[in-house]
Amino acid sequence: MIFLDLFLTFFKIGAFTFGGGYAMLPLIQDEVIAKGWLLESEIVNFIAVAESTPGPFAINISTYVGSEMGGILGAFCSTMGVVLPSFIIILLVAHWYEQFKSSKIVSGLMSGLKPAVIGLIGAAVLSIGKTVFSSFEISMEIFTNPEFWVSVGTVIVMGILAFKKVHPIAIICMSAVIGIVAGYLI
Amino acid sequence: MKNRVIKLFLTFFRIGLFTFGGGYAMIPLMQRETVEKNGWISDDDILEIIAIAESTPGPIAINSATFIGYKTAGVIGSVAATLGTVLPSFIIILIISFFLRQFQDIQAVKFAFNGIRAGVLALLIKAWWNMFKKMPKHSVAYAIATGAFVVSAFTDVNILIVITGCGIVGLVTSIIAGRRIKQ
Repeated sequence: MIFLDLFLTFFKIGAFTFGGGYAMLPLIQDEVIAKGWLLESEIVNFIAVAESTPGPFAINISTYVGSEMGGILGAFCSTMGVVLPSFIIILLVAHWYEQFKSSKIVSGLMSGLKPAVIGLIGAAVLSIGKTVFSSFEISMEIFTNPEFWVSVGTVIVMGILAFKKVHPIAIICMSAVIGIVAGYLI
Repeated sequence: MKNRVIKLFLTFFRIGLFTFGGGYAMIPLMQRETVEKNGWISDDDILEIIAIAESTPGPIAINSATFIGYKTAGVIGSVAATLGTVLPSFIIILIISFFLRQFQDIQAVKFAFNGIRAGVLALLIKAWWNMFKKMPKHSVAYAIATGAFVVSAFTDVNILIVITGCGIVGLVTSIIAGRRIKQ
Protein backbone atom coordinates (compact mmCIF):
# COMPACT_ATOMS: atom_id res chain seq x y z
CA MET A 1 0.00 0.00 0.00
CA ILE A 2 1.49 3.27 -1.20
CA PHE A 3 0.42 5.43 1.76
CA LEU A 4 2.00 3.16 4.35
CA ASP A 5 5.07 2.76 2.12
CA LEU A 6 5.44 6.56 1.83
CA PHE A 7 5.06 7.02 5.57
CA LEU A 8 7.57 4.29 6.48
CA THR A 9 10.12 5.33 3.85
CA PHE A 10 10.12 8.94 4.94
CA PHE A 11 10.09 7.95 8.61
CA LYS A 12 13.29 6.02 7.91
CA ILE A 13 14.77 8.97 5.98
CA GLY A 14 13.88 11.38 8.81
CA ALA A 15 15.35 9.09 11.46
CA PHE A 16 18.69 8.72 9.67
CA THR A 17 19.30 12.31 8.52
CA PHE A 18 21.84 14.15 10.64
CA GLY A 19 22.49 17.83 9.98
CA GLY A 20 20.57 20.41 8.03
CA GLY A 21 20.12 21.41 4.43
CA TYR A 22 21.12 18.75 1.95
CA ALA A 23 22.08 16.12 4.54
CA MET A 24 18.89 14.34 3.50
CA LEU A 25 19.86 14.20 -0.17
CA PRO A 26 21.87 10.93 -0.14
CA LEU A 27 19.02 9.11 1.60
CA ILE A 28 16.44 10.55 -0.77
CA GLN A 29 18.52 9.35 -3.71
CA ASP A 30 18.92 5.91 -2.21
CA GLU A 31 15.30 5.33 -1.24
CA VAL A 32 13.19 7.39 -3.65
CA ILE A 33 15.09 6.58 -6.84
CA ALA A 34 15.51 2.91 -5.90
CA LYS A 35 11.75 2.64 -5.42
CA GLY A 36 11.20 4.21 -8.85
CA TRP A 37 9.17 7.06 -7.38
CA LEU A 38 11.23 9.78 -9.08
CA LEU A 39 14.08 9.96 -11.61
CA GLU A 40 17.32 11.52 -10.46
CA SER A 41 16.86 14.36 -13.00
CA GLU A 42 13.41 15.06 -11.50
CA ILE A 43 15.00 15.34 -8.07
CA VAL A 44 17.58 17.81 -9.40
CA ASN A 45 14.78 19.83 -11.03
CA PHE A 46 12.95 19.79 -7.74
CA ILE A 47 15.97 21.05 -5.79
CA ALA A 48 15.63 24.24 -7.88
CA VAL A 49 11.95 24.47 -6.91
CA ALA A 50 12.78 23.83 -3.24
CA GLU A 51 15.45 26.57 -3.29
CA SER A 52 12.91 29.02 -4.72
CA THR A 53 10.08 28.26 -2.30
CA PRO A 54 10.02 28.83 1.45
CA GLY A 55 10.50 26.15 4.07
CA PRO A 56 12.97 23.40 4.91
CA PHE A 57 14.23 21.23 2.03
CA ALA A 58 13.20 18.07 3.91
CA ILE A 59 9.57 19.14 4.12
CA ASN A 60 9.50 20.38 0.52
CA ILE A 61 10.88 17.18 -0.96
CA SER A 62 8.78 14.82 1.16
CA THR A 63 5.60 16.74 0.34
CA TYR A 64 6.49 16.68 -3.35
CA VAL A 65 7.28 12.96 -3.54
CA GLY A 66 4.17 12.13 -1.51
CA SER A 67 1.95 14.28 -3.68
CA GLU A 68 3.34 12.81 -6.90
CA MET A 69 2.79 9.25 -5.67
CA GLY A 70 -0.47 9.59 -3.75
CA GLY A 71 -2.00 13.07 -4.01
CA ILE A 72 -2.85 15.05 -0.89
CA LEU A 73 -3.06 11.99 1.34
CA GLY A 74 0.29 10.77 0.01
CA ALA A 75 1.85 14.16 0.75
CA PHE A 76 0.37 14.06 4.26
CA CYS A 77 1.76 10.56 4.92
CA SER A 78 5.30 11.28 3.71
CA THR A 79 5.52 14.65 5.51
CA MET A 80 4.21 13.13 8.75
CA GLY A 81 6.78 10.38 8.29
CA VAL A 82 9.71 12.76 7.88
CA VAL A 83 8.66 14.97 10.82
CA LEU A 84 7.78 12.32 13.43
CA PRO A 85 11.27 10.93 14.23
CA SER A 86 12.59 14.48 14.93
CA PHE A 87 9.52 15.34 16.90
CA ILE A 88 9.63 12.28 19.15
CA ILE A 89 13.40 12.40 19.69
CA ILE A 90 13.41 16.12 20.52
CA LEU A 91 10.62 15.65 23.07
CA LEU A 92 12.69 12.93 24.73
CA VAL A 93 15.86 15.05 24.61
CA ALA A 94 14.05 18.11 26.00
CA HIS A 95 12.93 15.96 28.90
CA TRP A 96 16.33 14.39 29.65
CA TYR A 97 18.35 17.37 28.50
CA GLU A 98 21.19 17.27 31.07
CA GLN A 99 21.85 13.55 30.54
CA PHE A 100 21.80 14.03 26.77
CA LYS A 101 24.16 17.00 26.86
CA SER A 102 26.81 15.22 28.93
CA SER A 103 26.44 11.83 27.23
CA LYS A 104 29.75 10.47 25.89
CA ILE A 105 27.84 8.04 23.69
CA VAL A 106 26.02 10.87 21.88
CA SER A 107 29.20 12.91 21.33
CA GLY A 108 31.06 9.76 20.22
CA LEU A 109 28.39 8.82 17.70
CA MET A 110 28.29 12.38 16.39
CA SER A 111 32.06 12.44 15.89
CA GLY A 112 31.51 9.67 13.34
CA LEU A 113 28.23 10.90 11.87
CA LYS A 114 29.33 14.44 11.03
CA PRO A 115 32.18 13.47 8.67
CA ALA A 116 30.05 10.60 7.30
CA VAL A 117 27.39 13.08 6.17
CA ILE A 118 30.05 15.14 4.37
CA GLY A 119 31.32 12.06 2.53
CA LEU A 120 27.80 10.96 1.64
CA ILE A 121 26.79 14.37 0.32
CA GLY A 122 29.99 14.39 -1.74
CA ALA A 123 28.88 11.12 -3.33
CA ALA A 124 25.38 12.52 -3.89
CA VAL A 125 26.80 15.59 -5.65
CA LEU A 126 29.01 13.37 -7.82
CA SER A 127 25.99 11.32 -8.82
CA ILE A 128 24.03 14.48 -9.65
CA GLY A 129 26.98 15.71 -11.70
CA LYS A 130 26.73 12.51 -13.74
CA THR A 131 22.99 13.11 -14.22
CA VAL A 132 23.56 16.66 -15.45
CA PHE A 133 25.97 15.39 -18.10
CA SER A 134 24.32 12.03 -18.77
CA SER A 135 22.58 13.20 -21.95
CA PHE A 136 25.98 13.40 -23.63
CA GLU A 137 27.53 10.23 -24.98
CA ILE A 138 31.03 9.66 -23.74
CA SER A 139 33.20 9.78 -26.86
CA MET A 140 35.58 12.19 -28.55
CA GLU A 141 32.59 13.87 -30.18
CA ILE A 142 31.56 15.23 -26.81
CA PHE A 143 34.19 17.96 -27.26
CA THR A 144 32.58 19.20 -30.46
CA ASN A 145 29.10 19.23 -28.93
CA PRO A 146 28.17 22.86 -28.12
CA GLU A 147 25.49 21.78 -25.64
CA PHE A 148 28.15 20.02 -23.60
CA TRP A 149 30.21 23.19 -23.41
CA VAL A 150 27.15 25.25 -22.43
CA SER A 151 26.57 22.88 -19.49
CA VAL A 152 30.23 22.95 -18.45
CA GLY A 153 30.28 26.76 -18.74
CA THR A 154 27.07 27.11 -16.73
CA VAL A 155 28.40 24.97 -13.89
CA ILE A 156 31.67 26.93 -13.77
CA VAL A 157 30.16 30.43 -14.00
CA MET A 158 27.34 29.66 -11.56
CA GLY A 159 29.86 28.00 -9.25
CA ILE A 160 31.93 31.19 -9.18
CA LEU A 161 28.79 33.28 -8.55
CA ALA A 162 27.70 30.90 -5.77
CA PHE A 163 31.07 31.26 -4.05
CA LYS A 164 30.72 35.04 -4.44
CA LYS A 165 27.53 34.64 -2.36
CA VAL A 166 25.07 35.49 -5.14
CA HIS A 167 21.59 34.44 -3.98
CA PRO A 168 20.59 30.87 -4.99
CA ILE A 169 17.32 32.09 -6.57
CA ALA A 170 19.30 34.52 -8.78
CA ILE A 171 21.59 31.65 -9.82
CA ILE A 172 18.60 29.46 -10.68
CA CYS A 173 17.00 32.26 -12.74
CA MET A 174 20.22 32.97 -14.65
CA SER A 175 20.74 29.24 -15.32
CA ALA A 176 17.18 28.99 -16.63
CA VAL A 177 17.77 31.88 -19.03
CA ILE A 178 21.02 30.28 -20.27
CA GLY A 179 19.15 26.99 -20.76
CA ILE A 180 16.36 28.61 -22.78
CA VAL A 181 18.69 30.73 -24.94
CA ALA A 182 21.01 27.78 -25.62
CA GLY A 183 18.04 25.49 -26.32
CA TYR A 184 16.63 27.72 -29.04
CA LEU A 185 19.99 28.76 -30.52
CA ILE A 186 21.74 25.38 -30.72
CA MET B 1 -1.81 29.10 27.91
CA LYS B 2 -4.23 28.74 25.04
CA ASN B 3 -3.15 32.12 23.69
CA ARG B 4 0.47 31.13 23.97
CA VAL B 5 -0.10 27.96 21.93
CA ILE B 6 -1.86 29.92 19.20
CA LYS B 7 0.92 32.49 19.22
CA LEU B 8 3.53 29.73 18.90
CA PHE B 9 1.70 28.31 15.91
CA LEU B 10 1.39 31.70 14.19
CA THR B 11 5.02 32.66 14.93
CA PHE B 12 6.42 29.43 13.52
CA PHE B 13 4.04 29.59 10.57
CA ARG B 14 5.57 32.98 9.78
CA ILE B 15 9.10 31.62 10.23
CA GLY B 16 8.30 28.71 7.89
CA LEU B 17 6.75 31.03 5.34
CA PHE B 18 9.59 33.53 5.18
CA THR B 19 12.68 31.32 5.19
CA PHE B 20 14.11 30.20 1.93
CA GLY B 21 16.61 27.36 1.98
CA GLY B 22 15.46 26.10 5.37
CA GLY B 23 17.72 24.82 8.16
CA TYR B 24 20.33 27.38 9.19
CA ALA B 25 18.67 30.10 7.11
CA MET B 26 15.83 29.89 9.62
CA ILE B 27 17.89 30.66 12.72
CA PRO B 28 18.19 34.49 12.50
CA LEU B 29 14.42 34.87 12.04
CA MET B 30 13.78 32.32 14.78
CA GLN B 31 16.06 34.27 17.13
CA ARG B 32 14.26 37.55 16.42
CA GLU B 33 10.79 36.10 16.86
CA THR B 34 11.33 33.86 19.90
CA VAL B 35 14.01 35.77 21.83
CA GLU B 36 13.62 39.46 20.98
CA LYS B 37 9.91 39.72 20.25
CA ASN B 38 8.32 37.18 22.56
CA GLY B 39 11.00 36.47 25.16
CA TRP B 40 10.11 32.76 25.21
CA ILE B 41 13.75 31.72 25.35
CA SER B 42 17.20 33.37 25.69
CA ASP B 43 20.12 33.79 23.29
CA ASP B 44 21.96 31.03 25.15
CA ASP B 45 18.99 28.74 24.54
CA ILE B 46 19.30 29.37 20.80
CA LEU B 47 22.92 28.19 20.85
CA GLU B 48 21.93 25.08 22.79
CA ILE B 49 19.07 24.39 20.42
CA ILE B 50 21.45 24.51 17.45
CA ALA B 51 23.80 22.09 19.22
CA ILE B 52 20.92 19.70 19.97
CA ALA B 53 19.47 19.98 16.47
CA GLU B 54 22.85 19.06 15.06
CA SER B 55 23.21 15.98 17.23
CA THR B 56 19.74 14.54 16.72
CA PRO B 57 18.28 13.18 13.50
CA GLY B 58 15.86 15.13 11.34
CA PRO B 59 15.68 18.57 9.75
CA ILE B 60 17.12 21.38 11.91
CA ALA B 61 14.00 23.50 11.42
CA ILE B 62 11.74 20.80 12.86
CA ASN B 63 14.13 20.00 15.70
CA SER B 64 14.33 23.64 16.79
CA ALA B 65 10.59 24.25 16.45
CA THR B 66 9.74 21.18 18.51
CA PHE B 67 12.28 22.11 21.19
CA ILE B 68 11.24 25.76 21.51
CA GLY B 69 7.56 24.77 21.47
CA TYR B 70 8.13 22.27 24.28
CA LYS B 71 10.13 24.74 26.39
CA THR B 72 7.47 27.43 25.95
CA ALA B 73 4.24 25.47 26.36
CA GLY B 74 4.91 21.75 26.82
CA VAL B 75 3.85 19.01 24.44
CA ILE B 76 0.93 21.02 23.01
CA GLY B 77 3.36 23.87 22.38
CA SER B 78 5.71 21.56 20.49
CA VAL B 79 2.85 20.31 18.32
CA ALA B 80 1.78 23.90 17.56
CA ALA B 81 5.30 25.09 16.69
CA THR B 82 6.11 22.05 14.53
CA LEU B 83 2.81 22.22 12.68
CA GLY B 84 3.37 25.92 12.10
CA THR B 85 6.81 25.32 10.58
CA VAL B 86 5.62 22.53 8.30
CA LEU B 87 2.34 23.95 7.01
CA PRO B 88 3.56 26.79 4.72
CA SER B 89 5.94 24.45 2.82
CA PHE B 90 3.34 21.72 2.71
CA ILE B 91 0.63 23.94 1.22
CA ILE B 92 2.92 25.68 -1.28
CA ILE B 93 4.57 22.49 -2.55
CA LEU B 94 1.22 20.73 -2.80
CA ILE B 95 -0.06 23.50 -5.07
CA ILE B 96 3.13 23.52 -7.14
CA SER B 97 3.21 19.73 -7.55
CA PHE B 98 -0.24 19.81 -9.15
CA PHE B 99 1.01 21.72 -12.16
CA LEU B 100 4.78 21.10 -12.18
CA ARG B 101 4.34 17.92 -14.22
CA GLN B 102 2.28 19.52 -17.03
CA PHE B 103 4.55 22.54 -16.85
CA GLN B 104 7.61 20.34 -17.42
CA ASP B 105 6.29 19.20 -20.81
CA ILE B 106 6.51 22.69 -22.33
CA GLN B 107 9.57 22.92 -24.59
CA ALA B 108 10.85 26.23 -23.16
CA VAL B 109 10.55 24.83 -19.63
CA LYS B 110 12.51 21.73 -20.66
CA PHE B 111 15.27 23.98 -21.98
CA ALA B 112 15.12 26.07 -18.82
CA PHE B 113 15.54 22.97 -16.64
CA ASN B 114 18.56 21.87 -18.72
CA GLY B 115 20.23 25.10 -17.59
CA ILE B 116 18.79 24.91 -14.08
CA ARG B 117 20.21 21.44 -13.44
CA ALA B 118 23.70 22.78 -14.19
CA GLY B 119 23.04 25.73 -11.84
CA VAL B 120 21.77 23.40 -9.10
CA LEU B 121 24.94 21.33 -9.44
CA ALA B 122 26.96 24.50 -8.81
CA LEU B 123 24.81 25.32 -5.74
CA LEU B 124 25.28 21.80 -4.37
CA ILE B 125 29.06 21.95 -4.81
CA LYS B 126 29.06 25.24 -2.88
CA ALA B 127 26.82 23.79 -0.13
CA TRP B 128 29.09 20.76 0.15
CA TRP B 129 32.20 22.93 0.37
CA ASN B 130 30.65 24.98 3.20
CA MET B 131 30.04 21.76 5.16
CA PHE B 132 33.51 20.44 4.39
CA LYS B 133 35.11 23.62 5.75
CA LYS B 134 33.32 23.13 9.07
CA MET B 135 34.47 19.53 9.42
CA PRO B 136 36.73 18.74 12.39
CA LYS B 137 40.29 18.79 11.10
CA HIS B 138 41.74 15.49 12.26
CA SER B 139 42.70 12.25 10.55
CA VAL B 140 39.87 10.08 11.91
CA ALA B 141 37.26 12.53 10.58
CA TYR B 142 38.95 12.64 7.16
CA ALA B 143 39.16 8.84 7.07
CA ILE B 144 35.45 8.44 7.92
CA ALA B 145 34.40 11.05 5.34
CA THR B 146 36.55 9.43 2.65
CA GLY B 147 35.30 5.95 3.55
CA ALA B 148 31.64 7.04 3.45
CA PHE B 149 32.23 8.77 0.11
CA VAL B 150 33.94 5.77 -1.52
CA VAL B 151 31.43 3.19 -0.27
CA SER B 152 28.45 5.32 -1.24
CA ALA B 153 29.79 6.40 -4.65
CA PHE B 154 31.24 3.11 -5.85
CA THR B 155 29.33 0.28 -4.16
CA ASP B 156 25.68 -0.69 -3.67
CA VAL B 157 25.88 -0.84 0.11
CA ASN B 158 22.73 0.62 1.65
CA ILE B 159 23.24 4.14 2.96
CA LEU B 160 21.59 3.36 6.30
CA ILE B 161 24.32 0.77 6.89
CA VAL B 162 27.02 3.32 5.99
CA ILE B 163 25.55 5.87 8.42
CA THR B 164 25.20 3.31 11.23
CA GLY B 165 28.73 2.02 10.61
CA CYS B 166 30.25 5.51 10.69
CA GLY B 167 28.42 6.28 13.95
CA ILE B 168 29.88 3.14 15.52
CA VAL B 169 33.38 3.94 14.24
CA GLY B 170 33.07 7.43 15.75
CA LEU B 171 31.90 6.00 19.08
CA VAL B 172 34.69 3.40 19.25
CA THR B 173 37.46 5.83 18.27
CA SER B 174 36.25 8.42 20.79
CA ILE B 175 36.25 5.78 23.56
CA ILE B 176 39.80 4.74 22.62
CA ALA B 177 40.91 8.39 22.49
CA GLY B 178 39.28 8.99 25.90
CA ARG B 179 41.18 6.04 27.46
CA ARG B 180 44.46 7.33 26.06
CA ILE B 181 43.91 10.73 27.65
CA LYS B 182 43.22 9.07 31.03
CA GLN B 183 46.43 7.04 30.82
